Amino acid sequence: MVRQIFAFLTFVSLSLATLAVADEAVVLGLSKDRVSITTNFDGSEILIFGAIKREDPIPSGDPLQVIVTVAGPSTPITVRRKEKRLGIWVNTDAVEVDQAPSFYAVHSSGPLNEVLKNVEDLRHKISVPRAIRSVGAPSHIADSMSFTEALIRIRKGSEIYQLNENSVVVEEQTLFRTSVRLPAALTEGDYRTRIFLTRGGTVVGQYETTIDVEKVGLERWLYELSRQQPLIYGLMSLAIAIAAGWGASAAFRLLRLS
Amino acid sequence: MQIYLPIAEVSVNAFLLLGLGGIVGVLSGMFGVGGGFLMTPLLFFIGIPPAVAVATEANQIVASSFSGVLAHLKRKTVDLKMGTVLLIGGLAGAALGVVIFNYLKAQGQVDLLVKLCYVVFLGIIGSLMFVESLRAIRNTKSGKPPPRKKHNWIHGLPFKMRFRVSGLYISVIPPLIVGVCVGILAAIMGVGGGFIMVPAMIYLLGMPTKVVVGTSLFQIIFVTGFTTLLHATTNFTVDIVLAVLLLVGGVIGAQIGTRIGVKLKAEQLRILLAIMVLVVCGKLALDLLLMPSELYSIGATEGH
Repeated sequence: MVRQIFAFLTFVSLSLATLAVADEAVVLGLSKDRVSITTNFDGSEILIFGAIKREDPIPSGDPLQVIVTVAGPSTPITVRRKEKRLGIWVNTDAVEVDQAPSFYAVHSSGPLNEVLKNVEDLRHKISVPRAIRSVGAPSHIADSMSFTEALIRIRKGSEIYQLNENSVVVEEQTLFRTSVRLPAALTEGDYRTRIFLTRGGTVVGQYETTIDVEKVGLERWLYELSRQQPLIYGLMSLAIAIAAGWGASAAFRLLRLS
Repeated sequence: MQIYLPIAEVSVNAFLLLGLGGIVGVLSGMFGVGGGFLMTPLLFFIGIPPAVAVATEANQIVASSFSGVLAHLKRKTVDLKMGTVLLIGGLAGAALGVVIFNYLKAQGQVDLLVKLCYVVFLGIIGSLMFVESLRAIRNTKSGKPPPRKKHNWIHGLPFKMRFRVSGLYISVIPPLIVGVCVGILAAIMGVGGGFIMVPAMIYLLGMPTKVVVGTSLFQIIFVTGFTTLLHATTNFTVDIVLAVLLLVGGVIGAQIGTRIGVKLKAEQLRILLAIMVLVVCGKLALDLLLMPSELYSIGATEGH
């Protein structure tokens, strides 16, 4: 009972907090809200820009900071670690990560640990390690943290996870802009885009939208066919293979005759 | 020129794929191996997801083998009768292999098993062929006649059949067993099995090297065609765009390879294949023995 009252009070105070900060709202623009994956798709650059709408004058005190995050669809993955057994390196321990985004970029107007308090990061899951949800490793693995770190290290290396500090330009505490680079190896889905306004490390406003990433044209058609008519797709692949093999053989015969 | 692959969901350079296809195609035509044991690791290396690489590779092998077989058929260096017998064994073996593969997958560590399989088989076959071809070349140089084919226990088995193109009169049991074994290994290792089939035909069945290549390609077409359909309908991992790029390079390469192969002597052909097999084996063995630069790897979680 006490716990319920406490939870209720927390809820009320949180609601009050959001009400209190709602006087600074985000008006957002995207250079495009839809990314089409065509056959010659080679990554994409999205310009995210916006303005802060407010009724009152700019509050004094800590300057306004902006954090932009873009997250691809999440999937469960397994991180494995190799160990030397009987002289050869084999996968031994494995940790399942429940939800890891297929793409995640954090852009901020200053160093992330200065523009965002740890407790706010925990609440809104903004930084890269917080965006990954891991419920827990098997009990025999003591250092499960190192698996999540490895995941972030590997994906940062291939620019699937990005942390770009100081990449959001904020002008006059009113206008902001940044550009997010989407890599060529992109999966389909809704890319959740969030904008956070912070003052003194506390989130004072946020806005959320989605960028739609999807295959179009031939890519779309082949993908659909492979999922919905796998047998026809498989036979088509074989037919193309046989035709190409025969074509090359015939072409070379002609070349030799001439 | 970058191309986005619809199933693999990665973007790769089209010319790189054409080139890879071409090189592997030349080897395929020369030696009668599908080239899967070379191409699959190469595809992993350029960032294609393993499941897509294995399945698409099977489709590409169909094309280069078909192209190669047509060239061999014109030269009448395909033993269709022997090929059919091997194929019957091969399909049975492949079905059995898939069952074994799924069982091992449930036990975990299937990656390690596949790699160990590669190292052991490539190592044994490569060294045997290398030593034997060296001896053959030395014998020809010193003017000694090649040793006559020995009559061994294989010739005592029942159900004898005449294989006119190969010039053999042997029991159908050894080819059937060879077919089954190669089929099992092919399914587990995700390749056509040519690099095992070719030496098995030469050394176990005593077929002439020139006939071996075409016959091996002939049966590889069917085994890999079967595998492609299986992958396309169960795992949805055949990437047709990737396959087309690889096979355009591959079929052209196979035609060139077949012509090079005809010009080379049988011993030279065998020693080259032996060296190639040993190199791949060495590379895989090093991967297992040396400490990897990244101890962790990311994999998709299997559905429960």
